[in-house]
Amino acid sequence: MSYAPWQIWTVILALGAGTYLIRVSFLGLIGDRPMPPWLLRLLRYTPVAVIPGMVAPLVLFPAATGGEPDLARGMAAVVTLGLGLVTKNTLLAMAGGAATLYSLLFLVG
Amino acid sequence: MAGSTVKSAYLRGLRDGAPFVLVVMPFSLLFGVVAMDAGLSLTEAMGFNVLVIAGASQFAAISQMNDNAPVLVVIATALAVNLRMAMYSAALVPHFGALPFWKRAVLAYLNVDQTYAASVLEFERRPEMSLDEKLGYFAGVATPIIPVWYTFAIVGALVGGAIPDAFALDFAMPITFLALIGPMLKSLAHVAAALTSIVAALALAFVPWGMGLLLAAACAMVVGAAVEGWMER
Repeated sequence: MSYAPWQIWTVILALGAGTYLIRVSFLGLIGDRPMPPWLLRLLRYTPVAVIPGMVAPLVLFPAATGGEPDLARGMAAVVTLGLGLVTKNTLLAMAGGAATLYSLLFLVG
Repeated sequence: MAGSTVKSAYLRGLRDGAPFVLVVMPFSLLFGVVAMDAGLSLTEAMGFNVLVIAGASQFAAISQMNDNAPVLVVIATALAVNLRMAMYSAALVPHFGALPFWKRAVLAYLNVDQTYAASVLEFERRPEMSLDEKLGYFAGVATPIIPVWYTFAIVGALVGGAIPDAFALDFAMPITFLALIGPMLKSLAHVAAALTSIVAALALAFVPWGMGLLLAAACAMVVGAAVEGWMER
């Protein structure tokens, strides 16, 4: 990495300001004006539309293994998702996923 | 009585936010480690954690900087990763739009993946919550998460390379997100949206600057809304 401190701070400040502007966009600027029902219907699916797409490449091509699919991480993903589906309990799903990950990393390496 | 229901909403948020500490902690720790590894100073690493508070984009920025990308490309890439938060911002409008501006401005700063996901889930589960109860709940979720996010990067920066790779801290983020997805899949429309999101994000992975994920999310939202409309008919 070859950046002067001012360049690093340019990245930090621009990314910080830009990210805040994104976060404040609708909430700060549009306010409490009534929103059309079709928009509300679309928004109902925002989390479930963003998070699976974000997580899929991380699970299928983990950076830690250089992008190679990995048994321990794959199984941990399956267990986490399955437990979440069955129990509707996020913490339990995370605990089960972490336990699977560490057991398999320990057993299989 | 209003005060006590707000307090109980805050405590409920605190309880629901506390488990996220287990995830935010290693993630923040890992950012400290990675930032030091890349050659940032402790102050610069903290600058990221306090001013940006968006882990995925911070890691994206560090990885671009490791490749010595131009400053503008580093910023654009990391910002593209965060564009999804415009949707978070929009999704909170029906719940918090009536608040005074300064409260919405503070809320926007705290609108991270975990506070957003936990709140939207809770507000869908309890549509009868008042504005103050919702605000209390959101603040409750943020209370344990944000200070941990700030401080554990310092620990990561200090302990640095002492953490063995065997701890697989890299997988903390996927596990968090997967654990959030399961409880969200409550209807055929939600499942259809999730599957669309996965297929489209993988198919559009070639699109630069994280825009592929945004396009995939847009498709998935349309599919979810369309399936909901179709099921009502």
